[in-house]
Amino acid sequence: MSDPAPDAIRRDVPPAPPERTPVSPQPVVPKASERPSADRAAAVQAPARAVRLERLNAWYGDQHSVKDLSLTFAPNQATALIGPSGSGKSTVVRCINRMHEEIPGARSEGRVLLDDLDVYDQKIDVVAVRRAIGMVFQKPNPFPTMSIYGNVAAGLRLTARKASHEQVEGALRGAGLWDEVKDRLQRPGIGLSGGQQQRLCIARALAVDPDVILMDEPASALDPISTLKIEELVEELKRRVTIVIVTHNMQQAARIADATAFLLDGELVEFGATEKIFTNPDDSRTEEYVTGKFG
Amino acid sequence: MSALALPPTSARRRRADRVARGLVALLTLVALVPLVLIVYYLLKQGLSSIGLDFWTTDPTGSFLGSPGGIKSAILGTIVMVGLATAVAVPVGVGVAIWLVELGRASRFAHAVRYFIDVMTGVPSIVFGLFVYITLVLAGVGGSSFAAWKGSVALGLLMLPIVTRSAEVVLLLVPDTLREAAYALGAPRWRVIARVVLPTALPGIVTGVLLAIARAAGETAPLLFTAAVVNDTTFNVNNRMNSLPALIFQNVGQAQDRLVQMAWGAALTLVAMVLVLTLLARMIQRRSRLS
Repeated sequence: MSDPAPDAIRRDVPPAPPERTPVSPQPVVPKASERPSADRAAAVQAPARAVRLERLNAWYGDQHSVKDLSLTFAPNQATALIGPSGSGKSTVVRCINRMHEEIPGARSEGRVLLDDLDVYDQKIDVVAVRRAIGMVFQKPNPFPTMSIYGNVAAGLRLTARKASHEQVEGALRGAGLWDEVKDRLQRPGIGLSGGQQQRLCIARALAVDPDVILMDEPASALDPISTLKIEELVEELKRRVTIVIVTHNMQQAARIADATAFLLDGELVEFGATEKIFTNPDDSRTEEYVTGKFG
Repeated sequence: MSALALPPTSARRRRADRVARGLVALLTLVALVPLVLIVYYLLKQGLSSIGLDFWTTDPTGSFLGSPGGIKSAILGTIVMVGLATAVAVPVGVGVAIWLVELGRASRFAHAVRYFIDVMTGVPSIVFGLFVYITLVLAGVGGSSFAAWKGSVALGLLMLPIVTRSAEVVLLLVPDTLREAAYALGAPRWRVIARVVLPTALPGIVTGVLLAIARAAGETAPLLFTAAVVNDTTFNVNNRMNSLPALIFQNVGQAQDRLVQMAWGAALTLVAMVLVLTLLARMIQRRSRLS
């Protein structure tokens, strides 16, 4: 990776987080009730929630892969997690929506707070956590037995809700895919191109109306044009959700993230405004990594 | 620097290629010979006996007179195999779901897998004997030989086949799909019912068909359990006729008409399995997107 040119870095200051109503402790209340339901198109603006990690530790068996991580992802912002392979980036995002515990032998300690709500609270349903915190994976993974429409509706149907056409259309518009697929909604989702499939997966995540979307290297399997579309989408989505994005691509982090966290061997090395991380980092290891000296 | 020259394929390698191609083609032909002969003899011997009357009349049991048709055997096979399928398929698929989605690498799951492998290798006559001793001799249900006991033997035979094939296809469902569904907040049972099973369905259907075809052709488990009779019955607590048992009984008779009847029954059995397979393929193709 080369040193990113200063003008490649976003200059605009992220908007201050809008006022939010406090979260009721339990269950995780979908924000759907707080916003007009017809208003889910791309231009939707809604206050999202912050995610705070407090002394998060995670293990795979004996392997300690996230060490004492404390970090706050600001609402309605995109925060990038960068670091070499095996630095624990993916594990961190998987801890946020409690997907980490699905892996046999994996466990975690510490707190993950969605605003003031501990998602690891015994009383909270893990299913409710995942409805509030959506996820997009590295490889596009639409359900192969379902149509384009069915894939988007799956987010609702799999969680025992009815899917209305407005919701599906809104989610597809939100993912910037509506115009490309509106004439073939009943065709199989896996018939789309890789980039379209990934946006379909984003639409699927959007359909359940989450507060946060976690993206685990969402563009690493995509071509440059599709990558660009995903990046533009992140910019749009920030207006309605908080975004945590894991990326190997430092220019990508520089282009789309408001804040960036650099992880190394499961430890947080440095966290700050993206511009600072890439131009004037405090830690020498951060500088070596972002200038491509290792990793 | 000399000009680049890539040598042509050597004569030796071309010869070896021809020989290898010839060899595998020959082996394919060798494998096809018995298959073609079976179908040929079935058609040659069986076609003359089959017909609507043959399928719609019961066997008479007469040695010298007209032997009648095979209605009771066709219906008996359908009833007993159907009953066995209705029990073995849900149980087998359920076991496979447990093994893949819940049991995974636990010690109990390994034990279950081991027993299923052992059961797959058990000769069918052993299932017949087992049911004979535990259900027929003991007179369970107030009957000695009974159709439902035949179904039990067939079901035991089908269970490991269904389970093993379903487990294999469930394992083939990519974990990324399960992850995607869990990440949407779907509870486990919904992930299994709405994502995993539909994705694995074509493979599960294929495994079930294999099991049905196998059970429909089994003679040994039925001889000890459902016996051979002439009349059609739908009472599963009675003795019930079946195609394989009828074939077995008739083919050994010193009476050409009865042997002829066995050929007709054999052809009917093959045709029934074929039709079932084709039907399932068609339904599968129509309902699947991919």
